Order: sequence, then structure tokens, then C-alpha cells
Amino acid sequence: MGTTIKATPEIFGHAENNFFNASSGWKSWAFTLDHKRIGIMYLIGVTTALFLAGVFALVLRSHLWIANSEMLTPAMYNQMFTLHGAVMVFAFIIPSIPAALGNMVLPMMLGAKDVAFPRLNLMSFYLWVIGTGCLLYAILAGYGLDTGWTFYTPYSIETESGVIYATAGAFVLGFSSIFTGINFLVTVNTMRLPGQGWFKLPLFIWSLYATAIIQILATPVLGITLLLLISERLMSIGIFDPRYGGDPVLFQHFFWFYSHPAVYIMILPAMGVISELIAVYSQKRIFGYSFIAFSSVAIALLGFLVWGHHLFTSGQSLVVTLIFSAITFSVAIPSAVKVFNWLATMYKGSILLATPMCYALSFIFLFGIGGLTGLFLGALSTDIHLHDTYFVVAHFHFVMVGGTLTALLGGLFHWWPKMFGRMYNDMLGRVGCFLVFTGFNLTFFPQFVMGSRGMPRRYATYDPEYQIFHQWSTIGAFLLGIGILLAFAVLVYAAFKGPKVGGNPFKAASLEWQSSSPPDFHNFLHKPVMTDPYDFDAMVYDEDLDTYIHREFADPAKVPPRVEPIHH
Amino acid sequence: MMPQIPMLLAQIDEKVRELTSANAHDTPVPDEAMVHEGSYWFPRVASSYASDVDFLFMAIFWISAVFFAIIVGVMIYFCIRYRRIGGKIEPQPSASHNTTIEILWSVLPSILLVWIFYVGAVGFFEMRISPEDAEDIQVTARKWNWSFTYPDGDISSELHLVRDKPARLVMRSDDVLHSMYIPAFRQKMDVVPGRYTYAFLMPILDGKFRLACTEYCGEEHSKMRTMCQVHISEKDRKENTQWITADHKPWENGERLYKINCSGCHKVDGTPATGPALNTIWGEPENLIGKAPRLVDHNYVRESILYPDRDIVEGYGPVSKMNSFQGKISDKDIDYLITYMQYLKTGEVVELKDENATDAAAPPAEEPAQAPAEAGTGENN
Repeated sequence: MGTTIKATPEIFGHAENNFFNASSGWKSWAFTLDHKRIGIMYLIGVTTALFLAGVFALVLRSHLWIANSEMLTPAMYNQMFTLHGAVMVFAFIIPSIPAALGNMVLPMMLGAKDVAFPRLNLMSFYLWVIGTGCLLYAILAGYGLDTGWTFYTPYSIETESGVIYATAGAFVLGFSSIFTGINFLVTVNTMRLPGQGWFKLPLFIWSLYATAIIQILATPVLGITLLLLISERLMSIGIFDPRYGGDPVLFQHFFWFYSHPAVYIMILPAMGVISELIAVYSQKRIFGYSFIAFSSVAIALLGFLVWGHHLFTSGQSLVVTLIFSAITFSVAIPSAVKVFNWLATMYKGSILLATPMCYALSFIFLFGIGGLTGLFLGALSTDIHLHDTYFVVAHFHFVMVGGTLTALLGGLFHWWPKMFGRMYNDMLGRVGCFLVFTGFNLTFFPQFVMGSRGMPRRYATYDPEYQIFHQWSTIGAFLLGIGILLAFAVLVYAAFKGPKVGGNPFKAASLEWQSSSPPDFHNFLHKPVMTDPYDFDAMVYDEDLDTYIHREFADPAKVPPRVEPIHH
Repeated sequence: MMPQIPMLLAQIDEKVRELTSANAHDTPVPDEAMVHEGSYWFPRVASSYASDVDFLFMAIFWISAVFFAIIVGVMIYFCIRYRRIGGKIEPQPSASHNTTIEILWSVLPSILLVWIFYVGAVGFFEMRISPEDAEDIQVTARKWNWSFTYPDGDISSELHLVRDKPARLVMRSDDVLHSMYIPAFRQKMDVVPGRYTYAFLMPILDGKFRLACTEYCGEEHSKMRTMCQVHISEKDRKENTQWITADHKPWENGERLYKINCSGCHKVDGTPATGPALNTIWGEPENLIGKAPRLVDHNYVRESILYPDRDIVEGYGPVSKMNSFQGKISDKDIDYLITYMQYLKTGEVVELKDENATDAAAPPAEEPAQAPAEAGTGENN
């Protein structure tokens, strides 16, 4: 296929005319239908939520510095851990990678101009704003919220705190998540570049697609559950409240029927990001593409069948408990398969330890611990001992922070030059990554020991024997906080003052890199050439633009011969 | 072995322990139960199934450690061996898939997982299914107290067991979810309102162990801790759990009732908690929300226990956080509690004039309401 397009900076290099200055004025952002602008607004939103909930976490950790701390009253402590959990889960982690990074990248990875339903996309963002607002209103209006992010009945029916505002907020955030899911599902199904079959999709798309399936199928159950809880509080309908013949354990089943799949909403997109990073920074075709792709779908489907492992001590029947334990172990396999494939991808690669790759390696380390400690909790007898202790707290933080937050940061560093057309300081980026990694391990590793020694979670005061572990954990938390601040400082500085960079500085092969940086309002000023997302040999260096472009657009006289045979 | 910073922290730790030892009344857990005497990962092994749990834990630990070491080792080796040198960006040629190896590394770990599942399930059934001869101990959890009722009618606020004697806890909750957790036994079971749940305990070691609530239950969740004491014989236990008898002074009976029913919210050291402290208020006026101050007398105490919504002390509102004890506590018990409050205030031992109290074997009295001998002349019921 010959092409007549000449490789100019406007098309492949650093573009002065881009989606940032395509239009101006606050309305051009507030009413934008551009997926890139919505992605950036989402990014600002979820980052704000991250910092807010992070401050709550540091307050909690400071309180726990000594055993019988009086820094917070028990009531304030309970509100603080509830808000930390609720804001982190509903307002930050669930929308973080899909809505912020996914919005930015997904249409471009398909060579498309935008998502299938741009208005629905904007509405999804505003629902996020309203939902998060409701959640925060519970605090600002003085109601507080002290149920834990899980809203377990009957405590959530009895408490005088702002349960209705908070659950209404989570309900609205659920719709925001559903809308993003529908949008991505339809976009991937209908808007792929001609010739881009399912197995020519970047693995990030596969993971977002699997995530979208969960978002659409599971989130409505959360909505129903929260509406029932609100009805129970307002009208005493007697479905969860034992005083009216209801069953509080039923709430746990309903809640985890959503919230366990939601764990995969949080981690699957992160795994997708890591697949991209490992391949690009090893310059290697991803190993076992179809195994990684189908493992995402397998995790999404199996994820629906394991919610009962949150109820091993709740009094559910022994047989049901046994079945849930067995299915839980089956989820371990596709997760392990992904890790092995990432390692195999690095084999004989050309590995560059740039900031995104450092985050990817850090992800493998932390997710490895998070995943393996899941075995202790999936096995029945050990779970009885560890359930509702700090061991569980450490386990899910390793998965959600060590996993999702690390992947989000890695993804941001990877796609930042694409979004802003400017490069970050790689050394400072790596220092930030090191601080995040060290601080994180220092925070959460001692919690495994505490938990196994019998420290229950959600305790405002505790026995003195655990104090030394709590102090390690608190020191780590502040280090982690500094690391995250540094990472974002490096990114924000780069967005405004970083050196300008061309369309494809990392020699990546997925379609979004065949545009200028920052991309044009229309994403591509030319029809992108369909290429395998892991065929890095298809990209060649262009000296005039100081960036990598597809062979099709390069000067035929300067194109080196293909090293790798073309794969199908 | 330990670097210097932990040493420093350990010293701070000692200081804090000194400072907080004055607050020891917060929790009925004795210090000896709070000192870590177990292995690195676990508290002591005090139940028949605890060592099986520990075995599986350590087995998973070493399996995980080996896998983790291999994964991270390979990762680091590749990063060094295949690092990008100079400007050479092209990787060495290698395969992009290999179905045999994919299937191998999916199936081989599965075999280990099946083993872990099997051992976990066997251990679980051992922990959950009580033998026929286990004694039933009734457990009531409420915010933020435990009460344990033994087959002979004794009641206590701590759990008393006999070594090598199996026990089945039959548990219910008066209010919200709680969870009964004894780390030294590795045993845990939720206590659910509206249904009974069971926990099987088989103590093999005598001593005092912690018992904690692990399901979040509101403001004083972290104070809902008590002790599980394992006695060497039935006789030994009997001496420790002996319940209301004429042998005890009435205030002592009142103290036991207080520990079982009231201590989660009311302190006896003068400090306010969820409710007012009980040691200083007898005979004093209390400022009430929206009402004239009222003297704490027999009727006031009785009404506060049975109808907590009527009078709310300033600073503890706007609505009462206390559930009514109607049907849960007898009039006789209220008498005992009153003598305990009087004793706390004045140190004076009040004798109850009641012929039934001489019957040592009688369960907590259930006779119709009657005013204690020295009751005031309040006319309301």
C-alpha cells in the first residue's frame, strides 16, 4: 500500500495545533465531546479524589502511631476510615484507569475519531462529579459516614450518619461507570480500523473490554442493593433488617455480587496497561498474546462466581463455602498466566528501564505479593484465622494500590508525552517510582505480620504488642505520600515546561502513536496504517522529526530492511 | 538483627506502655494475654486445630516464597541481561508464543492449588463441626459487650473454658453484626442478629487469651475485647464463674451484671464514654436535655435501664444511643446494679433484705417488681 502522505511535524511530530488549542473558553471544556478533553477532566477529577482520600489515610496512620491514641475520637476514626475507603474505591480506583487513561487512549488505539457515544461520555463525567459531590456532601454537611465503605447492615440502617447521601452518591457513580462501560464496549465493537481484527487489538483494549462487561453486568446489582438499603432506612421494608424479618447476610451477598467483580474492574485495566508497557519497553512482541487476552475474559467471567469468599465467617452453609473456595482458586490461574507471559516477553528483549518500565516491574513485584497472599485467604482454614484482620487490609492494598495505582502511574508516564507533547524528567520520574515502591512496601508489609498475629481491622485503639508494626506502617505511608506527590509534580511540570517531543518517542507500535503529540482535535490528520500493535519493527526512526514513524510514511531511501518477518 | 530505628521505636513503645497502663481498665484483657508469646507469624497454639492452620499457612508461605523468588529473580536477571545498551534498540529474535509452555505453566501450579484447597477444606471442617459431647455455651453479643452463659446457668463477661473439653458457642447478637475471634485458637465466627451461629472451640492449653470483635460494629468496636480463660479443670472454672449467690455481696453481683451488660458504654473511673460514668452519679443531680435536672435515685436508674429514651443526660444526645433492657434484665438484677452504684459512690455496702437471695442455686430472680428495702418513695412503676 503506497501512500502519498509526507511526514510533517503537524502529522507525526510535535503539533502546535492540537486538541488543547482547537477551541478555547471554559465552555469549550465544560461542553466538550472530545474524548481527550473528557479524559483529562476525568484525570483531574480522580487525582483530586486520590489526594483527598490519601490525606484521610495519612490522618488514620498518624492516629495509629500509638496504641491508645487520642488524636481522633473513636467516632472520628470510624468516619475517617469509611471516607478513605469510600472515596478511594468509588471515586478514584474504579474510574481511574478506564475513565481517565481509557478515554484518552482507547479511541486512538482503534484509529477512531472518538468514542461511539461522545455525549454519553460527557454525561458519564458529570455523573462522576455529582456522585462524588454526594459522597463528599455527607461530610461537609456534618452528617459524616461511619459504616465502612461496605455499608453492612444492620449497622448502616441504625447509624445516624449520612448513609443516604453516601449511598445515593455511590448509586450515581455506578451509572457513571455503566455509561463508560457501554461506550467502550460499543466503540470496540463498531469503530475499529478496517483490517483491525480482534487479535490485532492492543491488550489494553482487551482488558478494557473485559472490564466493560463487568461494569455493565455487575454495577446494576450495586444500584439495586443501595436502593434497597435506602428503602430499608426510610421505610423499613424488612429485607435486610432482622427486626422486620429481614436478613443482614443477604445484604452481604448482594453487595459482594457487585463488589467482588468490581475488584476486577479495578485490576483488569491495570493488567492491560502493564501488558503495553512491558512490550514497548522491551521492544518485544508480547508473549502468548491470546493467552493474555483470554485470561482477561476468564478473570472477568470467573470474577462473577466468587463473591461468597467474602462471607466465609458469616454463617453461610459449609457446602456453599466449600464451593466458593474452590472457584476462588480457579481465578488464580489466569492471573498467574499473565505474570508468566510478561516475564517471557522480557526474555531476549531490549529492556529500557525508563520510568514507565520501572512502574511495570514494580507492578509485577507488588501484584505478585498481592496475588500470592490471596492464596492464604482463599484457603478455608487459614481464612478463618485471617478474615477481617490486617492481613486482609494488606492483601487488598497490595492488589489495589500496588497494582492499580502503580499501573495508573506507569500508564500516565507512558502516555503523558502523547497527551501533552512534552517529555518528563526521567530521572526524577524513577526517583518517584522508587519512593512509591519503598514507601508502599514499608506501609503494608508489616500489616501482614500484624494481621496474622491477630490484629483486627477497623480498630481505633489496639493492644501495645502491635505498636511497632503500626509505626513502621505509618512511616511508610508518609514516604508513599511523598513519592506520589513527587510523581505528580514531575508530570505536571512536564506538561507545561517539559522539552517538546514528537509523536512516538518510545518506538511504540499501537495506533495512537501514529498521530502528532499532542494529537489533533480529530486525532489523526491522515488515515493510520493498520499495523500489529506489537510489531515494533514496523516503526522506523525519522531524523527530521526526531521520532519514530511507520515505514509507510518514511523516505523509502532511508528505511532499513525488516528484521522481523511480518506476523499474522 | 534489628537495625537501629526499630530499637528506638521499641523504646518509645515502652514509654507508651507505661503511659497507657493507667488506662488498663479500658479493656478487661489482662496484660499477660496481650504480650506476644507465639512464633513470628502467630500467637500461641491454644486449640486442637490451630497447629493445622499454622501448618497450611506456612506451607502456602513457602510455596509463595519460592514462586515469588523465581518471578522476581527472573525479572531482575532479564533486566540486567537484556538491558538496552547504547543505541541498539532492536531485540534479539525469539518466539512470540509457545503453546506447550503456556499449558505447562497453567496446569502445574493448578496441582498445587488443588492441594492447598483440599488441606484448607479439611481444616475448615475440623474447625466448624462440633463433636456430639461438646458443651453448649450461649453467647450474646451487643454493643459493646460479650456475655457467656454456661450450661449450669452461670453467666460471665469473659469466656471461661476447660482445657481439653470441647465447647460449642451458640451465638446471637442483640443489635448489629459482631464477630467472635480468638487469635490463639485461630477461630472466628460472625455473630448475626436474627439468627444463631455456632463456633467450635477445643482448648488444649490453659491460660488467658484475647477474644476480640472483628466485625465493625460502631463507635467502640475496638473496645469490644475481652478475655478467654482456659482452666485446668471444671472445678477451677466453677470457682471463677460462680454467679449470683447469697455468698456474694450484692454489690459484687451488681459488678458482674455491670461487666456483662453495661461496661461497653459506661465507665466506672469517672471518664465519659458513649454514656455517663456510673461511679460518681449516685445521689447527684443530672442535667437532662429539655427537662429539669433530676436526682439519680432508684427510680431514675430503673427507668434509665428499661426506658432509656425518657431522660437523656446533656452531652449524650440528641437521642439515646442505648437500647432498652426490658425483658433482658430482671428487677432483681436492677436492685443489684443499684447497690453497685451506691458502693462505687460511697464505698458503703448495702445489704439487700430478700429471702430469695439465700437460695444459692436460684437463677437470677424473676419475681414481680418490688422495691428494695431502702428504695425511695417514688410512686411510678
